[in-house]
Amino acid sequence: MKELMLGNQAVARGIYEAGCKVVSSYPGTPSTEITEFAAQYEEVYAEWAPNEKVAAEVAIGAGIQGARSLCAMKHVGLNVAADPVYTASYTGVNGGVVIAVADDPGMHSSQNEQDSRHHAIASKIPMLEPSDSAECLEFTKLAFELSEKFDTPVMLRLTTRVAHSRSLCELSEREERELVPYEKNPAKFVMMPAMAIKRHVFVEDRMARAAEWGNTAEINFIKNNKKAEFGVITSGISYQYAREALGDKASFLKLGMVNPLPTKLICDFIDRFEKVYVIEELDGIIESFCRANYKGNTKIIGKDLFSPLGELSQSIIADKILYNTPASVELDETLPSRPPVLCAGCPHRGLFYTLKKLKLTVSGDIGCYTLGALAPLSSLDSCICMGASVSALHGMEKARGEEFAKRSVAVIGDSTFMHSGITGIINTAYNGGNTTTIVLDNSITGMTGHQQNPTTGKTLKGKDAPQVNIVKLAEAVGYNPENIAICDPYDLAQTEATIKAQLEKDGPSLVISQRPCALLKTVKHAPALKVDSDKCIGCKMCMRIGCPAISMKDGKAVIDSTQCVGCGVCQQMCKVGAL
Amino acid sequence: MKDNLSIMIVGVGGQGTLLASRILGAAIIKSDLDVKVSEVHGMSQRGGSVVTYVKGAKTVNSPIINEGEADVILAFEQLEAARWLKYLKPDGHIITNIQTIDPMPVITGTTEYPTEIIKKIEDKGVSIQTVDALSLARESGSEKVVNVVLIGAMAKKTDIPLNVWEEALKSTVPAKFLDINLTAFSKGYNL
Repeated sequence: MKELMLGNQAVARGIYEAGCKVVSSYPGTPSTEITEFAAQYEEVYAEWAPNEKVAAEVAIGAGIQGARSLCAMKHVGLNVAADPVYTASYTGVNGGVVIAVADDPGMHSSQNEQDSRHHAIASKIPMLEPSDSAECLEFTKLAFELSEKFDTPVMLRLTTRVAHSRSLCELSEREERELVPYEKNPAKFVMMPAMAIKRHVFVEDRMARAAEWGNTAEINFIKNNKKAEFGVITSGISYQYAREALGDKASFLKLGMVNPLPTKLICDFIDRFEKVYVIEELDGIIESFCRANYKGNTKIIGKDLFSPLGELSQSIIADKILYNTPASVELDETLPSRPPVLCAGCPHRGLFYTLKKLKLTVSGDIGCYTLGALAPLSSLDSCICMGASVSALHGMEKARGEEFAKRSVAVIGDSTFMHSGITGIINTAYNGGNTTTIVLDNSITGMTGHQQNPTTGKTLKGKDAPQVNIVKLAEAVGYNPENIAICDPYDLAQTEATIKAQLEKDGPSLVISQRPCALLKTVKHAPALKVDSDKCIGCKMCMRIGCPAISMKDGKAVIDSTQCVGCGVCQQMCKVGAL
Repeated sequence: MKDNLSIMIVGVGGQGTLLASRILGAAIIKSDLDVKVSEVHGMSQRGGSVVTYVKGAKTVNSPIINEGEADVILAFEQLEAARWLKYLKPDGHIITNIQTIDPMPVITGTTEYPTEIIKKIEDKGVSIQTVDALSLARESGSEKVVNVVLIGAMAKKTDIPLNVWEEALKSTVPAKFLDINLTAFSKGYNL
């Protein structure tokens, strides 16, 4: 049976068919749907962990006890998970362990553009890279087999265009698997110097064997064309672009395993041509390997032609290699850009308006609320990575002094706070900080599309769960109960008063800005507001909050009834009662 | 239908372009062609400019459409029709909703919403059809089915039979909303 499946959905199908038992992940675009779809299979235990490090450790633990297990994350999540993953490379596995990591070339929804293949090389872990949904399914199953065959975790690398495109998949039944028997084996699973020294020997040998396997593996294949004028070495989505752009003008070596790379297969292929193009997004990893290992006369062309920035496409390849650009038409004027915005009724809007009004330095974090950096709210001063808001602000205070702490705040979402903000407030309390942290509690993980987390009271599978009590948590790590307050960001006056009061407190303080995401199905919306155009004086005060539902027509404010959810923040801005 | 079709669905995050692309993908798959549909998730979904690519052919390699490659652009908003115009083949066809949604730089007053977009596109010699999808959606019973009205309008331009479209709707839309969606589809289809 063939089905049109999202790449991430096909990975989930592969998880199911491979008899995988345990999945633990933290959401992150473009990887999130892997775990969401996996959770729809009753036979698969799936959970949201508070962060990728915990998730990877859960998967590794399940693997030690003989279950096939998987952990999915976005590229920057692998940085968080790197600690357990690098050492799991040494221990190897019992049941197969797969780390699915989704890179985001072009940064559709990310803070950097790092190439996860570097992690595979550095941690000495085999990595497979599918190029469409059918391969997502097939490679996921193969990854579990290779994990057990070579006694190693295996990485499965996706990129946005593979993770988030739909293509046809052939489905099979699930193959149920008994747990691999567990035998106590400290020499393999207890990593301390005496044992790890021996395991490192094993790791080096394993990667040599995996590379040898890659020379004849079916997933590293050559597609010959009789008319080929040159060779192309490529992998993942770049293979699809190159096929579309070059058709039968090239012969292709398509690498399904991108770490370790198969030396003989690659060098023999290069040697057949006068000219070989290495086509890969982001860094020139395959190209560097070719240059280091191939000693013949063939000209190798890669990153001198294709940028390490952003995504490739069939057009870029056709243009660079064939000098071929399709005709197109466009208007003669510069069009206004349309950057993403906080949704109408977003609870973050009232909060960011207040922070801007108070002229505070705002240490930002990762989530929908990163959009608070954009005009007209223009609130954030910095945004580095998950959890950095709290700890970076502590550093700012230590650099600038206590007075600075009274003019600055950290903002962090509920899910991000669970991910890695808690260690930040522990550090602040422990080291005598005076900063104010604002938890933007919208009762869900927002940006990635509404995932449950430890503050929401529900699990991934929809079961009731204990809710983390952020107030008690802050008290327990050393925050004075009087320095903890809750506000409703739909109420601008209360929000401003609460933040001002907390900024003045001695010692560290915490504000919980509490209001559920306006897009949650459980949230009941008020009727859309209307502008009384007789009263409206066109002062544009209501425009200062940057609500996408409000615009100006003929000098008066107009509210788009299809977008407005009646949150009332603009009403509080209006001085003449026109709303 | 012809054996090679590249369609772009463009609009503003939150307008329901994703569901529209799924209906389209389901219709093409029922025509026994290879299909790829490329979507946008995450940050750019939040009120930003969004695009979905749908491609059908004997074999589809790249899931995305580049400049000068689209047979049809289905625009949910006028400015987005203009923005993605260069992706159209010179002999391609645009169907656009007449709705306009101000982007944030217009709301904040740093720039103005372009005037006479439809006319400017026509003046470039491009085949363009306009649809008042919001009014037709309201007539169908919900503002939320703007996307299905537009899919209906586009369906008429393909040679995929009507019953295939209805099957595609049944397989992608929740059962309790099927009637309203079928009404919306036929309002677009019968323009």
